[in-house]
Amino acid sequence: MSVLVYAEHDNQTLKAETLKTVAAAQAMGGEITLLVAGHHCQTVAEEAAKVNGISKVLVADNTAYEYQLAENISLLVTALASEHDHIVATALTTGKNFMPRVAALLDVAQISDIIGVESSDTFVRPIYAGNAIATVQSLDSKKVITVRTTGFDAVATDGNAEIVSLDTVTDAGTSSYVSEELTVSERPDLGAASVIISGGRGMQNGDNFKLLEGIADKLGAAIGASRAAVDAGFVPNDMQVGQTGKIVAPDLYIAVGISGAIQHLAGMKDSKVIVAINKDAEAPIFQVADYGIVADLFEALPELESKL
Amino acid sequence: MKILVPIKRVIDYNVKVRVKPDNSNVDLANVKMAINPFCEIAVEEAIRLKEAGIASEVIAVSIGDKSCQEQLRTALALGADRAIQIDTAETLDALNIAKLLQKIVEEEQPKLVILGKQSIDSDNNQTGQMLAALTNMPQGTFASEVKVDGDKVNVTREVDGGLQTVALNLPAIVTTDLRLNEPRYASLPNIMKAKRKPLDVKSAADFGIDLSPRSTLLKVTPPATRQAGIIVESIDELVEKLKNEAKVIS
Ligand SMILES: Cc1cc2nc3c(=O)[nH]c(=O)nc-3n(C[C@H](O)[C@H](O)[C@H](O)COP(=O)(O)OP(=O)(O)OC[C@H]3O[C@@H](n4cnc5c(N)ncnc54)[C@H](O)[C@@H]3O)c2cc1C
Repeated sequence: MSVLVYAEHDNQTLKAETLKTVAAAQAMGGEITLLVAGHHCQTVAEEAAKVNGISKVLVADNTAYEYQLAENISLLVTALASEHDHIVATALTTGKNFMPRVAALLDVAQISDIIGVESSDTFVRPIYAGNAIATVQSLDSKKVITVRTTGFDAVATDGNAEIVSLDTVTDAGTSSYVSEELTVSERPDLGAASVIISGGRGMQNGDNFKLLEGIADKLGAAIGASRAAVDAGFVPNDMQVGQTGKIVAPDLYIAVGISGAIQHLAGMKDSKVIVAINKDAEAPIFQVADYGIVADLFEALPELESKL
Repeated sequence: MKILVPIKRVIDYNVKVRVKPDNSNVDLANVKMAINPFCEIAVEEAIRLKEAGIASEVIAVSIGDKSCQEQLRTALALGADRAIQIDTAETLDALNIAKLLQKIVEEEQPKLVILGKQSIDSDNNQTGQMLAALTNMPQGTFASEVKVDGDKVNVTREVDGGLQTVALNLPAIVTTDLRLNEPRYASLPNIMKAKRKPLDVKSAADFGIDLSPRSTLLKVTPPATRQAGIIVESIDELVEKLKNEAKVIS
């Protein structure tokens, strides 16, 4: 048995989520190969070689892979698939984008967003915004799987795997990169942070998110948001936590001015400790909060910042 | 150009689903159903492209039993020109859905297929990408902006780090994200008009595709419930609890 794991990266650093995806791959059983596809991504390959539990790093370094366009990456992964029983990627936007293409090209189903591995062919995944948990047995000969990282603990990084360069170039020639508008932040990624403080519609505007920043600085926290806050233009889309945004499970999640709609809960209810600050005592967020405070956020936040 | 919009009938997003006591599946008996919100955004985008004079015809398609005609009528009321129901009593997985849609793409030859990025029931996020692979089309997933420009479409995508714009050769596949548009409400006259718009029914079995399931659902269980917490009276108490009880801050 062997597993091909797609490494998440930005051509510079390996994303920490990959370490959790490798943990999921280990549970499937067999030798693990990590694929780094990008351009000028040698440092990523070197980082990848240190990931524990893998036997080999494949590096496909070519302009065709620079922006990890789904059309090109799916052809590359499909070309490598014959040697592997499981093809695994992280359920982040890159993996979500190209993996179903791989599955269709291989004529197999995809099992998305798994949070548990029961055996090499049986997986656990949330459905209906996490309001039900399905155990699914794949009947396909090859398994194409994306991993929700909140379900797995990261493997260590003191290994020393062999790095093998690939010279296969798969360029579909049907799509091209135009531009990027990435959010630059000194704070940790939502996916990697151990503390997250999120604001909702109750924040009233983007400026007021500054009230969260002071607290985030003191706690080393990432800042998230509800869909309502993103839709209203308070903050960019990459801050959305929820069923259809980012799924997080930090040690501490502080929800401020967020009502607790099922779609938001789906993205954060596996956090270890949840704090809710909301002026409405009936808000559903209090049903999942370990500690709730019924207060006006404009009074509570400055006080909290001063007392940390 | 023609735009094809595949849509799905799903549980209404306000309803919290329950698991059946025998853990065989979720219980959808007497539950309010609706068009999947992302599919509604897809319909809206197609209609806007038609209103802008870019699209000539918008065709909605849904795969399911007769009940999904209700959602097709919704799409027609919103402004789609005609609809196709691919009739099946089975719940098909995304790959088989994509294979059926591939047949419709071959028949209709749309320049653009717009789908929702995920359905809020199975939460798979697969169908659009699979259809793109099967039809050998490029894809712009998680779209927050779609601009048709000659024989290309520029799609701005919501990605983990922010936004990415790609240019795709037409024909292409687009899947919608939440910020693409705000769907309109169907007006009463349009709901009446939709009843007379064409709705073709085709049988899934007639396409000659092997639609056998690729997986077995072994069980469905409710998620772990969280212990009810406490309401603290002051920020001081909150900070004290976080430090000494939960031990998540120092
Ligand atoms: C297809 C679909 C997908 C979705 N995906 C997501 C998703 O991924 N993530 C997500 O978050 N949502 C998602 N939603 C939206 C979700 O249904 C809710 O609409 C959204 O989460 C509400 O955001 P909110 O809690 O910030 O706003 P509201 O529900 O309006 O709540 C605002 C809260 O702020 C409180 N408040 C107001 N002022 C103050 C104050 N001064 N002090 C203290 N408290 C105050 C109010 O009491 C209220 O509880 C999705 C919806 C759909 C249909």
